[in-house]
Amino acid sequence: MDAHHGVTGDLTVLQEALDYLTASDSWWGRNGLVTLLWNHVRLSVFTVVAAMLVSIPPALWFGHRRRGGAIAVTVVNISRAVPTFAIIALVFPFSLRYGFGLGFWPTFVALFFLALPPIFVNTFTGVTEVDRDVVEAARAMGMREREVLLDVELPAAMPLLATGVRISAVQVVATTTLGALVGFRCLGSPILQGLATRDYGRVIAAATLVALLSLATEFAFALLARRLSPWARPDVATARVRTPRTGAAADLAI
Amino acid sequence: MTGLLAADEPLVRWQWIPDHAEEIRAATVEHLQLTGSSVAIGFVIAMAMAMVSIRWRFLYGPLAAVAGALYAIPSLALFALLVPFTGLGYRSAQIALVSYTLLILLRNIVAGIDGVPQAVKDAADGMGYEPWRRFLAVDLRLATPTIVSGLRIATVTIIGLVTVAALVGSGGYGTFIDDGLSRQFPTPIVVGAGLSIAMAVAFDVLFVLVQRVLTPWTRITASPET
Repeated sequence: MDAHHGVTGDLTVLQEALDYLTASDSWWGRNGLVTLLWNHVRLSVFTVVAAMLVSIPPALWFGHRRRGGAIAVTVVNISRAVPTFAIIALVFPFSLRYGFGLGFWPTFVALFFLALPPIFVNTFTGVTEVDRDVVEAARAMGMREREVLLDVELPAAMPLLATGVRISAVQVVATTTLGALVGFRCLGSPILQGLATRDYGRVIAAATLVALLSLATEFAFALLARRLSPWARPDVATARVRTPRTGAAADLAI
Repeated sequence: MTGLLAADEPLVRWQWIPDHAEEIRAATVEHLQLTGSSVAIGFVIAMAMAMVSIRWRFLYGPLAAVAGALYAIPSLALFALLVPFTGLGYRSAQIALVSYTLLILLRNIVAGIDGVPQAVKDAADGMGYEPWRRFLAVDLRLATPTIVSGLRIATVTIIGLVTVAALVGSGGYGTFIDDGLSRQFPTPIVVGAGLSIAMAVAFDVLFVLVQRVLTPWTRITASPET
């Protein structure tokens, strides 16, 4: 592995990247960027939606009962220590053995575990941080527990919940790239092919697309969060979750 | 990727571990070096960014945005983007890893220093501390818990990312994972993943202890929140 071979350091790689991006052959066809981009987005959306369905209901419930803080902190700490690359690699042989094949399923399983903690912890924290007086007032007005949770606590927790989904979505979009290692055809595929064949123009082109996709996701969710909760600037609300004392700094992990 | 995993292949062939003791030792050193140097360089840069942000408030937004954008770039993409310029290996990995620490460290340093009560700063000023000395002896000292907690998150995150860095040839435990993946041999995958997790947990615990030693005054108030 010589560090100098193939390192041009000049602008020809950028020119190659541009050529790759402007050639219509790169975009269309079975392994074209359009298909890869679509696969990438499809798996990411599928994973985040699945993680939301699984983690939001228990998070709301634990938050409402104001229990399980220790679970939340533990979940975040463990998830930070477990590299997604390792999970993808570990799930892969079993996916083959039990007939789920290459690509989609092993990548999905690993990303699913990556996506759960931020959504769970932020939803949980959002509900527990709702002003107790507001909750008591709602009860005093004769609301049932269900109504307190869904009509009072859930809307108040919305900014943090949205933050959790945003963090998960950005991480998932970013990490789907690694699916290429287990044969999932996504935007990571041209990166790996390019690294293997020293076609660095292709590497730069694909890496730039993934980076843009991930930044676009972040940006789209920031706009959406502002829409969903115009009364609370999301960045103000998240500042509280980051308080290191609880250890639940869920938004800081890849 | 040829050949299916044999049905009787165990998750771990234990004999593999003593057989590869030397490689495991070398990978541990590489993993530690890459993590340690990246967090250390990142800390120096983040501290400089934080001091600039505190002195000129309006710069904090843009600096945090730059760090945030770097943080959002997928690890494999960032490693790959650097390869044509800095080559396969240590240097590409290190630049990418340093850039990932910046957001975490910058936010925690600034939040920690912002959290120092104004009354304490006023008292220090009143006692005749010069601005520089007050910053070092009072502000930074009181911000220690938040800063250490930033270092803890950054270190644990980087240990995980170093496994991905193996794909651009920088060594470490990721080499085992990559090797196991390409040969469809689960043992090195399990060993690489297990060692990386163990290292992350060890550093997590280590930082908690360091924090305790450095900030004895927080122990009294630490319990009620949990």
